[in-house]
Amino acid sequence: MARIIAGVTTSHVPAIGAALDLGKTADPYWQPLFAGYEFSKRWIAEQKPDVVVLVYNDHASAFSLELIPTFAIGCAESFAPADEGWGPRPVPIVQGHPELAWHIAQSTILDEFDMTIVNRMDVDHGLTVPLSLMFGQPAAWPCKVIPLAVNVVQYPPPTGNRCYNLGKAIRKAVASYPEDLKVMVWGTGGMSHQLQGPRAGLINREFDTKFLDRLTSDPEGLAKIPHVDYVREAGSEGIELVMWLIMRGALAKDTREVYRFYHVPASNTAVGHLILEDT
Amino acid sequence: MTSYNDAFRDIPGTVVFDATQSRLGYHLNQFCMSLMKAENRRAFKVDERAYLERFPMSAEQRQAVLDRDYNRMLSLGGNIYFLAKIGATDGFSFQNLASKMTGVTEDEYRAMMVAGGRSAKGNRSIADPSR
Repeated sequence: MARIIAGVTTSHVPAIGAALDLGKTADPYWQPLFAGYEFSKRWIAEQKPDVVVLVYNDHASAFSLELIPTFAIGCAESFAPADEGWGPRPVPIVQGHPELAWHIAQSTILDEFDMTIVNRMDVDHGLTVPLSLMFGQPAAWPCKVIPLAVNVVQYPPPTGNRCYNLGKAIRKAVASYPEDLKVMVWGTGGMSHQLQGPRAGLINREFDTKFLDRLTSDPEGLAKIPHVDYVREAGSEGIELVMWLIMRGALAKDTREVYRFYHVPASNTAVGHLILEDT
Repeated sequence: MTSYNDAFRDIPGTVVFDATQSRLGYHLNQFCMSLMKAENRRAFKVDERAYLERFPMSAEQRQAVLDRDYNRMLSLGGNIYFLAKIGATDGFSFQNLASKMTGVTEDEYRAMMVAGGRSAKGNRSIADPSR
């Protein structure tokens, strides 16, 4: 049977992708950030996941305002890096796992989550930057990826609680898949940051630290934070943190923190990164 | 929905992209979306005014684009992820746009971020600036 072997969370700042692609990882500004992922790259090389369910948000790349799905699961064979205005990132094509993706789509829909099924979708920095941080710059990504795009652009986004429960439904779906696969669920985006308006640049280390703590110690309580508190405390784009709760819901009730990294700033953003495993 | 949407209005310096903003900014944002294609970026750069005429935006929205007045575009329904495509077309990063929206130079903004960013203290509530 397929099983979930771990959860990973990480920010997905576009400037991190640009720093990698332009060979700036050793610059004094960027070196501490990339150093924070060295452990994780070694860890994942040992773990060798077969599939990553990668929870991220599209930043007006695949979805404009014509169509705004709350939860969209990528069921295609492959996904090309999107042109976000600079030309596509020079990273490998993302290979999907259509069979497991369809299985998760069916299972979660029957569990009353109204997923949007996507058969053609380009993937932007929200998906490719986490892959780069965890796997570096290989010629091909070393595992299959199922993109799960969550709307956090148009209000209202899904509640934290809804995301947490979707994670539980994904766990159930994976556990009922007959093939023996090692699956990870990654929650990306965050942490505190605001990209817009006169309040841009907001960082809240205290909020972020508590959020990181509570993912292990109190996920149920964390899932009840209302949207307005995310925006007030973690900045308008800090709302992306609801996606981390999908990762958390997909793990067992009790988890242990294998690794934590926190760094300010990457461009406008507080970077947070966790590796969690079931106890 | 009224109380849900109103709760955000107490947060200073922030426009939440709710239904009202989305309806107001639909064509402005779809113009931005068109800049995902290299040929459209070229056409926009050749004649910005003519290119903007292709989209049924308000005169105020067009002027805000021409002025690169990002705070104005936000108030007229623009969403930052869409507006960033104008910045990318101009060759500017998110950090550059953020410096423009906060009224400081890019170096000053970068220095603020390196020093730990803008504090939440005093920036949480219009009604209670001491929070």
